[in-house]
Amino acid sequence: MERVLILGGGVGGTIVANLVSRKLRRQIDSGLAEVTVVDKLGNHVYQPGFMYITFGHEKAAKLQRPERSLLDQRVQLVVDEVTRIDEATHTVALASGKSLGYEHLVLATGSRIAPEEIEHFGAEAHHFYTAEAAQRLRVALNAFKGGSIVIGIAGMPYKCPPAPLEVTFLIEAELRERGLREKSEVHFCSPIGRAFTIESVSDMATPVLEQKSIELHTFFNVETIDPARKVVASLEGEELRYDLLVLVPPHHGAQVLIDSGFAPAPGGWLPTDHHTLQVGGRPNVYALGDATDLPLSKAGSTAHFEAPIVAERVAAAVLGRAPAAKHASYTGRVMCFFEIGDGKGTLLRFDYDHPPRPPRPNRIWHLGKVLFNKAYWMTVPRGRV
Amino acid sequence: MTTQTSPSPITATRTIDARGSFCPGPLMELIRAIREVEVGALIAVRSSDRGSRIDIPKWVEKAGHRLVGVNEVEGYDEIVVEKLH
Repeated sequence: MERVLILGGGVGGTIVANLVSRKLRRQIDSGLAEVTVVDKLGNHVYQPGFMYITFGHEKAAKLQRPERSLLDQRVQLVVDEVTRIDEATHTVALASGKSLGYEHLVLATGSRIAPEEIEHFGAEAHHFYTAEAAQRLRVALNAFKGGSIVIGIAGMPYKCPPAPLEVTFLIEAELRERGLREKSEVHFCSPIGRAFTIESVSDMATPVLEQKSIELHTFFNVETIDPARKVVASLEGEELRYDLLVLVPPHHGAQVLIDSGFAPAPGGWLPTDHHTLQVGGRPNVYALGDATDLPLSKAGSTAHFEAPIVAERVAAAVLGRAPAAKHASYTGRVMCFFEIGDGKGTLLRFDYDHPPRPPRPNRIWHLGKVLFNKAYWMTVPRGRV
Repeated sequence: MTTQTSPSPITATRTIDARGSFCPGPLMELIRAIREVEVGALIAVRSSDRGSRIDIPKWVEKAGHRLVGVNEVEGYDEIVVEKLH
């Protein structure tokens, strides 16, 4: 029996499960192989939609579906929490006390946010990395009648790198629509020396920030929040007063990966081969999505394009053949939409060797993102695109 | 600041090997180390990303620390920073 065990039912884990089960259909039906997904909640959540809750275009209930409904019938789903991975015995321990064995392990455990690492974050800062937080930010925006809005990043790497800039642009557009722009300052704080990590995207976004009179603060690594003075301070010694503070919380990989010796503390990101997606040189352990330490966006799109490589390599190993050339090696391909505000967007498409060349923002790319969000459930998790 | 073409003779308090990591990885590793070490400590960052020799000195200047040197070693740069506060 060849057991393929996939930890995590997000974008990456779900696509890999469906693709592997198709490739191993005969082996599964004849009892020679099995594919199992372990997911803590048993719900698949479309996280890119959270931002749209803040701007009133999405509802939390529409952003999740039962994981079972997205999986091929040949895939087994175990709703449980992984507490330990034992490499010596090739077993995974679960919170329920059960354990699962594997010959092939796929780590699609995503990332977790840690706002508690910044003192006063919970009481003072808003974010949009959960449905509830995005809704609270909506309420705060409704109550905002003018003043200083500070948007920043309290730790790198983080999920969906364009998101804080997108939120900044969308908030600024909303302030204009509500007649509050003249009474407001908008500050965008970047931890590095430019607006965005990728230079070509930064070159596209910086003039947009200037055009919208959004003040850019570079090398602003959030250090402290002072609730009495309503001031956020950077490690570099800069202070900004806020009436509304929006911060990307610190992110980490899954704790179980650190505890089990797969990923180094404190980040918890898996050392992953750029092309084979194998973890730490292990021939039978793969990673994809946010869980890796690859120099790419932590985004569903990355997991989406990594999944066919992991699925092909796992299936090939089970079948005792070489991986098919088309999906043998990951090129770093990522593609995602980028909201600019005012109903406009652009597209970021890149790989390890080719940085993005974002087209001039227009309505088409904004509508592309809207359509993609709607079509997601019928296409991406099922491995149809 | 000095620019050399041989390994640094300075004994760093902490050495960060960020080779193979891309911008902003080496800078973020330096920032994490700055938060952890004592004032006066010397941190050496090894980076194969050529952008680090621009980004890191700019950050050091803004953050008010001291750039001790940028040493060009075969295939990578070693950037040494002293934590001043």
